[in-house]
Amino acid sequence: MTSVVALDAVPRIRRGVKCTYDQIREAHVVLFPEGVLVLNETAASVVSLCDGVRSVGDIALALGDVYAGVQPEDIAELVARLVERRVVDVDG
Amino acid sequence: MAEAPFGLLAELTHRCPLQCGYCSNPVELVRRNAELDTESWRRVFDQARSLGALQVHLSGGEPLLRPDLPELVAHANSLGCYVNLVTSGVGLSRERLRELASRGVDHVQLSLQDATKAGNDRIAGIKAFDRKVEAAAYIREEGLPLTVNTVLHRQNLDNIAGIIAMAEEMGAERLELANTQYYGWALRNRAVLLPTREQLAVADPIVAAAQERLRGRMEIVYVIADYHEAHPKPCMYGWGARQLTVAPDGDVLPCPAATVISSLQIENVRDSSLHDIWHNSPSFNAFRGYEWMKDPCRSCPRKEIDFGGCRCQAFQLTGDAANTDPVCSLSPDRSTVDLILAKEMAPSEVPAMAMRKMS
Repeated sequence: MTSVVALDAVPRIRRGVKCTYDQIREAHVVLFPEGVLVLNETAASVVSLCDGVRSVGDIALALGDVYAGVQPEDIAELVARLVERRVVDVDG
Repeated sequence: MAEAPFGLLAELTHRCPLQCGYCSNPVELVRRNAELDTESWRRVFDQARSLGALQVHLSGGEPLLRPDLPELVAHANSLGCYVNLVTSGVGLSRERLRELASRGVDHVQLSLQDATKAGNDRIAGIKAFDRKVEAAAYIREEGLPLTVNTVLHRQNLDNIAGIIAMAEEMGAERLELANTQYYGWALRNRAVLLPTREQLAVADPIVAAAQERLRGRMEIVYVIADYHEAHPKPCMYGWGARQLTVAPDGDVLPCPAATVISSLQIENVRDSSLHDIWHNSPSFNAFRGYEWMKDPCRSCPRKEIDFGGCRCQAFQLTGDAANTDPVCSLSPDRSTVDLILAKEMAPSEVPAMAMRKMS
């Protein structure tokens, strides 16, 4: 079950997780002890904003400038999936 | 063309101070004078990265026995790979770890044989427990994430709660509790290692409760005892699908145990590139996808979940690597596994453990 992440929760990349760009796959990837996540463009943008300062709501707001129709709930759901995969932690 | 692999398991050496009787290395261990040199390993990492690998697991034997380990860590790191050090902790001084961390180790996997000093050192065959506790403290000091790995079997399964507590005490973020898989050394020692149904029935809920209690603090990965299961494990998530192994002498294996399939023609990095081996070799293509399968796998919907189970196990127990993994309840050879369980789970006379050593 994916747990719910609140809009004021502050996600940050977990210790030991590396975000990088893979020239071979031409995609942003997240590297962590269990494996590799190949990110699509939206997920890569969200991950790059999980800085331990911005809240889920802030991230949605920031991405709203770039992508039309970004819903905070979609960002919260994506962050929840990243929490589930142990890529990010949330405070608050 | 096959999809690119995500990981390279680099078995830098088979030399190891520990003598665990379930070691995943083959029974025929590679000697020091046959090991790849530094330059060859650097080339292997280059080729693995070009092929698509993003994780480099530096393993062994004990990788700390390679004096060029810091250089190899730095090289894998410079390629943008996630560098995972898999160690017994023996030989991991504070200085050594600091250097390795500064060269780019991202994560450490530390083996633990049992919950107590006496149990741990008996299974390892040497006094290693105190070194492991020290190593865990250094890893924590350095701020590196730590996974503790414990192989489970009849000799330590009753101490599962203590093993979990020990991993917590060591400051692990992850704990891998892997029931023994029977190849090579473990196959030789199966009658000493096979857990009983009763042991598993007690251990399973303890693990489940700990997973719940430690959620968010320490992740517990539990690998099943497949002889006791109705369905096989999704071995390697498919043959030649996600990872490749390079043995100390440069042999390239679809899985770390693949040398047990004696009919498999193994390629070597001294003769071919990893790209060529991954995409074109008979060994990597032998069991890729679903075409090679016979029934019951071929027409089974579970083939996309478990990929027919383990090829090495099929070969060892049925003589044909293309058969369904015999632990599967649908396999015509399941009775072979049941017979082994009946005979070896509670043998009238338990043989002595054959400790791992170079022959």
